[in-house]
Amino acid sequence: MITDQTLIQVEQLEKSFGSLHALQGIDLSIHKGDVLVIIGPSGSGKSTFLRCLNLLEMPTGGKILFEGEDITAPKANINLYRQKMGMVFQQFNLFPHMTILKNMTLAPIRLLKRSKEEAEEKAMALLKRVGLAERATAYPSQLSGGQKQRIAIVRALCMDPDVMLFDEPTSALDPEMVGEVLEVMRELALDGMTMAVVTHEMGFAREVGTRVVFMDEGRILEEAEPQRFFDAPQNQRTKDFLSKVL
Amino acid sequence: MAEWFHACYVGLCQWSDTLRIKFINDFISDDRWRYLWNGLGVTLKVTLGALILGIILGFLVAMIRSAHDTTGKMKIGNAICRIYLTVIRGTPVVVQLLIIYFVVFASVNIDKSIVAIIAFGINSGAYVAEIVRSGIMSIDKGQMEAGRSLGFNYVQTMRFIILPQAVKNVIPALGNEFIVLLKETSISGYIALQDLTKGGDIIRGRTFDAFLPLIAVALIYLVLVMILSKLVTTLERRLRSSDH
Repeated sequence: MITDQTLIQVEQLEKSFGSLHALQGIDLSIHKGDVLVIIGPSGSGKSTFLRCLNLLEMPTGGKILFEGEDITAPKANINLYRQKMGMVFQQFNLFPHMTILKNMTLAPIRLLKRSKEEAEEKAMALLKRVGLAERATAYPSQLSGGQKQRIAIVRALCMDPDVMLFDEPTSALDPEMVGEVLEVMRELALDGMTMAVVTHEMGFAREVGTRVVFMDEGRILEEAEPQRFFDAPQNQRTKDFLSKVL
Repeated sequence: MAEWFHACYVGLCQWSDTLRIKFINDFISDDRWRYLWNGLGVTLKVTLGALILGIILGFLVAMIRSAHDTTGKMKIGNAICRIYLTVIRGTPVVVQLLIIYFVVFASVNIDKSIVAIIAFGINSGAYVAEIVRSGIMSIDKGQMEAGRSLGFNYVQTMRFIILPQAVKNVIPALGNEFIVLLKETSISGYIALQDLTKGGDIIRGRTFDAFLPLIAVALIYLVLVMILSKLVTTLERRLRSSDH
């Protein structure tokens, strides 16, 4: 059902890599303010699904409606939609040849035509929020993994996105740095940001998530509120998976 | 023993005397040094022109080729680029120069140094293209994804994010290509363009002395290459300043 509150509506989404059928008909909607957590075993298609949402992977079938418009249509200008969908990667993907501040202001200045002062002011405010203001002039190689990922999150926020996509944001981090990144994400969720998060952090899914989706073999097997999902899973595969990871 | 030393001394004096006479004859009489000086000017002009043309062509071809490799688009452009690379890298540059002068511009009255710039530029472009493409491919694909996910299109991501890193990685290889280019222009004499090498050779023809003019030409090339290497090293170091 599509309502005013629906931000992303996915219909019968399919993706094949050659003979590998990675996504086999996904139906899902993400509403404003949702914190959708996608979990599942590796190879289940959850990262592929997330990457399809902003067309980093081109779906081979089905539709994605973003704010009511079909972004998979041949004429759709995906670059404009991507400006409203922030993305955070497992490997951070900061630009190593630029300072932190430049990393954060490049897109707002070039794409949103903000003035340098305006873009830097916003970037500094965001850096303060994540406690990294004093690293503004540093280069990415001078930061720890946790710091890099926090910068990657605020770099995406500089574009004022309507939704944030997180692709296993803590999987490449040393264990002691996972907390600082999850804390930033938690605050973001409390501020009402719409988020779709692929993760293995079950604690985060339970506490911060508003909905949890379990995927396996390219399909959504279960979708529920966190409490019901973790305490009373319905699907046998979900039960097996949870018994292994919890 | 003393006589032997004396004979050596006299011989040395005679040799340096002949060398002095030859030097005057080769370079001073009739202002023959001008052949080298003007030739040097032509060599530098052709090298610089070809360098610029080669860089433009090379980057264009590299962009088209890697766009094709990553997106599968631009099939026709990629096919044209591949033919260009195969033909240019598969035939000697002398033959290319001769064809461009005697076939392509056969019926056109055109400055020979322009012909040389076009020939060497087209040739160099093929090598620059593959160097730049290897640089682009050395950049982690996450960089392209990060750029695109912020909303940049392919060309903007290339310009702001991929190319600055790629170029930095291939500066040594590009510098080497420019040194090769400078030396390659020494075949300009094939189309009777009076570059540095041809200048030295003309002196040899006039004075029937091969030693001094050709050594002088070689030394000038050597100095030019050393200056160029120094510039490349400096540039490399300056670009490395963002790596910590």
